[in-house]
Amino acid sequence: MTIEARYGVPTVALHTDKFDRVVRAVAAQNGMAELRQAFVPQPVMGKTARELRAYVDGKDPITKRPVMQEVIEGLTRPVGADEGSPVEYDRSTPRLVAPDTEENLHRLFLESHWTDTLPIVLPTEERVAAMLAATRRRPDEVVGHMRPTHFRESWEYTVEKVAVNAVMAGAAPRYFPVILALAATGVSARGSSSSSLATMAVVNGPVRDEIEMNSGTGALGPYNHANATIGRAYGLLSQNLQGGSVPGLTYMGSMGNNYAYNSVTFAENQERSPWEPFHVQHGFKPNDSAVSVFTGCRSTAFTLGLREKYWREHVRNLLRGLDPHTPPVLLLDPITAWQFVDRGGFLKKDALIDWLYETATMAAGEYWDYQLVQNYIYPRATFGEEPWASQLKAAPDELIPMFRREDIHVVVVGGETNGYWRIMGSTYQTTTSVDDWR
Amino acid sequence: MPERITVLNPMGFAPKVTRREPAPRLPTLDGRTVYLVDCRFDDSDVFLGQMQAWFARHLPGVRTVVKPISSVYLKDDPATWEEIQARGHAAIVGVGH
Repeated sequence: MTIEARYGVPTVALHTDKFDRVVRAVAAQNGMAELRQAFVPQPVMGKTARELRAYVDGKDPITKRPVMQEVIEGLTRPVGADEGSPVEYDRSTPRLVAPDTEENLHRLFLESHWTDTLPIVLPTEERVAAMLAATRRRPDEVVGHMRPTHFRESWEYTVEKVAVNAVMAGAAPRYFPVILALAATGVSARGSSSSSLATMAVVNGPVRDEIEMNSGTGALGPYNHANATIGRAYGLLSQNLQGGSVPGLTYMGSMGNNYAYNSVTFAENQERSPWEPFHVQHGFKPNDSAVSVFTGCRSTAFTLGLREKYWREHVRNLLRGLDPHTPPVLLLDPITAWQFVDRGGFLKKDALIDWLYETATMAAGEYWDYQLVQNYIYPRATFGEEPWASQLKAAPDELIPMFRREDIHVVVVGGETNGYWRIMGSTYQTTTSVDDWR
Repeated sequence: MPERITVLNPMGFAPKVTRREPAPRLPTLDGRTVYLVDCRFDDSDVFLGQMQAWFARHLPGVRTVVKPISSVYLKDDPATWEEIQARGHAAIVGVGH
């Protein structure tokens, strides 16, 4: 669209057929509903040159016409009289839904894809007003903008819109500042990526106790009202405030992700951690309340404790099990956090992260051959971005870091019923003040 | 008769859409330069290599240039777009998904 609209070069965009509805919607939202597009079968990835020649010689699976006919006509067929007229149009969202019975409204919300398909609390004016009373912010104040993926349009939302979704999730009003802070990050918990990513939200500071969040036994499970409904609210507000999360249209996660039901939302167990709280690492004071957001949660590795003889090898094996595109976030039960102190002498979290960085290595040839490295890191390396540009010069059997040091993180959570711990493959995005939204 | 209640709409606010003018099409590709823009995603380079071969077999009068974008598809690439504008007549971008 950029080449066509900004540079005036006639262009045809090629896509795989699974993305038919998505790319047409994106083109329309960018004011180019008539963008010339052609389609080939999914997947392209992993196909041989011979197989891809068959795609080129074959038919567009959407139009059933030859692919190359679509391409050539797309570049040469004159633009029709109805194409490209510079019209601007508005798409307003009504504040209220037409009055109806509770049963019909529940059906409407479900059929409109406004829920996570679990039952919701209907957002009546009274319930939304109670939620709004938990913040000093005005209902019409703009909180932020959000979109399901890089190429889609960003939608805008207000404090009241966030409150509507918080009510739907079943959240108590006193949780609302945390939910507003999550909304203010602008980071969607309903990313559209075909990789089926989910988010993770870690709450730090006094607000954890004020709203009785769980950082101990079962913190990542369905056993705490605040953890459960704040996380659910984050998901619902993301899908509704960004303009939807509908499979095949605004959500393309191939397998989906169960973590998305409550976005892995929990409080850090600061009191039992040997190290500084996560939000303090990111510029906040210990008495500040803040929430940190990670994206790309897909992979999890786990083990029990740290054995005396081979703990280093065991940790390395876990790290090597991750896709190198998605860095490790260690979720440590306090028992294991203290074992890292005892076994490795990591009195500071930074020392542990240094060791993890040095331990997570891989032969360069193997590293660069990962598909996600090819898609997202190799192009940046060839563009000269460090550290990857230098690592690109390594011999195929030379060991290189799997991750950038600044992308490795450690969070302490759990109730010390045992020393189980896990590595969540995910990417830290930001830490946002909760106090600003009280 | 069940009571009818009023609830709020949970959707955010969509931005306005401004329609944009497509570029004029070419009367023919013969004698023109077509850029095959590799978005560097999921083996798109292999696919575009096959498309370039198709042009050589079927439309030898069309000059094709396979041009990988400078970095990842998530980043704008004005240097590449300017090159295509200056040296090319049309573009085929792929393979998106």
